[in-house]
Amino acid sequence: MLGLNKKDFGLLCLVTFMAAAAPILLNPFPETSTLSFLNAGYPALMQLFAIFGIVLIGFNILFGLTGYLSFGHAAFIGIGSYTAMWMYKLLNFNVIISIPMAMFVTGIFAVLIGWICLRRTGIYFSILTLAFAEMAYRLSYSVLTPITGGETNLSPDPINDPMILKGENGLTVPHLFGFDLNAKYVAEVGNWSFTFEAGYYLCALVLVLSFYLSIRVFRSPFGMMLRAIKANNHRMGYTGLNPKPYMLAAFVISGLYAGLGGGLLVAMDAQAGAERMFWTESGTIVIMSILGGAGTLLGPILGAGAIKYMEKILSSISESQLHSWLSILPDGLEDFLVYILANFFVGHAWHLTLGLVFMLVVIFVPGGLVELGQRVASRFRRKGSEDALVSKETPAE
Amino acid sequence: MEEIIQQVVNGLDRGSAYALIALGLTLIFGTLGVVNFAHGALFMIGAFVAVLMSDVLGDIREIGSADDFFKLVQVVEDPTQTDFLGRPLAVETSYWVIWFGESFGNWLSDWAVPIAVLVSIPIMIFIGWAMERGLIRHFYHRPHADQILVTFGLAIVLGDLIRAMYGANPIQTPMPDALNGPVDLGVYLGYEASTITYSAWRIVYFFFSMFIIAGVFAFLQFTTFGMVVRAGMADRETVGLLGIDINRYFTMMFGLAAAVAGVAGVMFAPIQAPSYNLGMEYLVPCFVVVVVGGMGSLGGAVLAGFLLGIVQSFASLPTWKNNLVEWLGLDDSNLIANLIIGVDQIAIYLIAIIILLTRPRGLMGRKGVMED
Repeated sequence: MLGLNKKDFGLLCLVTFMAAAAPILLNPFPETSTLSFLNAGYPALMQLFAIFGIVLIGFNILFGLTGYLSFGHAAFIGIGSYTAMWMYKLLNFNVIISIPMAMFVTGIFAVLIGWICLRRTGIYFSILTLAFAEMAYRLSYSVLTPITGGETNLSPDPINDPMILKGENGLTVPHLFGFDLNAKYVAEVGNWSFTFEAGYYLCALVLVLSFYLSIRVFRSPFGMMLRAIKANNHRMGYTGLNPKPYMLAAFVISGLYAGLGGGLLVAMDAQAGAERMFWTESGTIVIMSILGGAGTLLGPILGAGAIKYMEKILSSISESQLHSWLSILPDGLEDFLVYILANFFVGHAWHLTLGLVFMLVVIFVPGGLVELGQRVASRFRRKGSEDALVSKETPAE
Repeated sequence: MEEIIQQVVNGLDRGSAYALIALGLTLIFGTLGVVNFAHGALFMIGAFVAVLMSDVLGDIREIGSADDFFKLVQVVEDPTQTDFLGRPLAVETSYWVIWFGESFGNWLSDWAVPIAVLVSIPIMIFIGWAMERGLIRHFYHRPHADQILVTFGLAIVLGDLIRAMYGANPIQTPMPDALNGPVDLGVYLGYEASTITYSAWRIVYFFFSMFIIAGVFAFLQFTTFGMVVRAGMADRETVGLLGIDINRYFTMMFGLAAAVAGVAGVMFAPIQAPSYNLGMEYLVPCFVVVVVGGMGSLGGAVLAGFLLGIVQSFASLPTWKNNLVEWLGLDDSNLIANLIIGVDQIAIYLIAIIILLTRPRGLMGRKGVMED
């Protein structure tokens, strides 16, 4: 169906269902319960899940399929954000204009940067992309202030900006043909409250479309070419195929996805800042990709969700919460543990936990969450039949 | 002419730091074949050894340290004096002054940073050794991407450990009083007085880094140990066939590289107040330095380090940029004019891109290193 085989179609249906039901699935604990801080069904957080899922799906087409590790992907998110913001400032707040324009402009930059960076491979490619991202970050932070807003973020100014398509009483928040993206419907069911937001569903729709496209890319002859580049670049050349155009296409596609993510970020929250382009942000994208499982279909979405969820939960845990959980322990031990956890692992120090988890994943399960899932599954299956192991699908190498 | 010399010397301290970090990176890459993203973190840890030593030696001039645990300073409220809010003045006295008398105690606190260099060497060698044994060793046979990723994760972990201990703000770690203040270099070079001035500590930093670089090169060139290491860098397998346990040597080299980055960080602490992201800040330029110098070439790393430091200092010189903007007939609000003014932000990256595209192996790179 839809040009997919049965398994892929099942996967697509799963992702569609998860995306559609996320406001319910991610809010499993009642508002009043002590576990409610584990809920993730807030529109702002779910938007981030979806948007970074999209960016990661694109990054996966580059890194997962071809093995080229780009350390400058955040620059494309930044370029997308700035473009979308300028569409608001110049034309109007309709995201149907801003998002395609964000992709278009990002695509132009991706062609230019890709054309230069792809002349080198391996670590040199990583460092070239890193250099471009650093330049983008530094310029937009300092001398490009008229365009990027510099240290004060760029945000729309309904009084002074031209906004030529806005009309007399046009909306001054991001909207889709006049439909406000912040429109919410809150359903109260018993102790639970589920928030359905238009903005999230826009992101979710784009996520499902992106996912569908990425399945098609994975299964297409083009996807095979990209895998061939990862497997053996030289041999591909010997067979008479020039890998360059394929590489550039993959780079531009992943750049487009990142620009799309940037445009969506601005559609959800109308401001754009240079911090989005800092190289540790690019590093976070790489971390998400590895954590989920590079080269797998579902990995990018899992990785993006896992990191954003960790960030939200870990940074929200407070010292008093720790005290209440550990209150069964003897007093001295409790204070000591709370001190260690509060200062090193949760709250503002959550990056340390992220780094540790990331290191453990790289060391022990280089295939990420998807490989972990497969290992667990095969452990169970082994009891049934041995040949289930043989047919195990390996991630694209 | 004076202006040009001034910019060259201005670039030297940053160039020295680049050269020292890049030297360590190249040592690790050349011997173990590992791209170490955690090397900036080692530089940062070195700088925090300086902070630790100024705490321990009771340096009361230090500002911004959140951690009073190691600070050997006695705080007594003196009711006879008041501060600007009218409260009794808290007088800080180093315990070293109390224990060993005024002159020796003050001397110790004053020279905390140079003393930290000596302390940092064993600490850094141990950290490097532990890193290689505990982590990097298991990654020799994994792809380069995995090595980059695991060391990147380690860099995050080390940075945030330091932040958890010392807080997020930069900590002012002063240099010895005797080396504080400017030196009039113009007089020594035969120009008029106060045309070329330079901070004394930065001159010390430059000569210190030259000394370390010369030491590392002499060690590799003139000792048996260094000979084995160089042989191993050239052909690891053959050295192994000669019955030499080359891994043991390489572990030592990792420790040495960590120590080089560490002492570079210690001495840099008075120049730039260390904070937890100092490592990340210097890592990216240093990778650029290594790539420009040529992967695996020690001389190239040092040369490119100084070169890029000086280029950066020239790029931040306003005179020629203003002249260029005027010559092109642009006004200040023009985008291109803005880009020219801001070129110091991106100079080294531009150079890296140009070098990588025209001389793929870098300035002094060898054939067959990191080429697939």
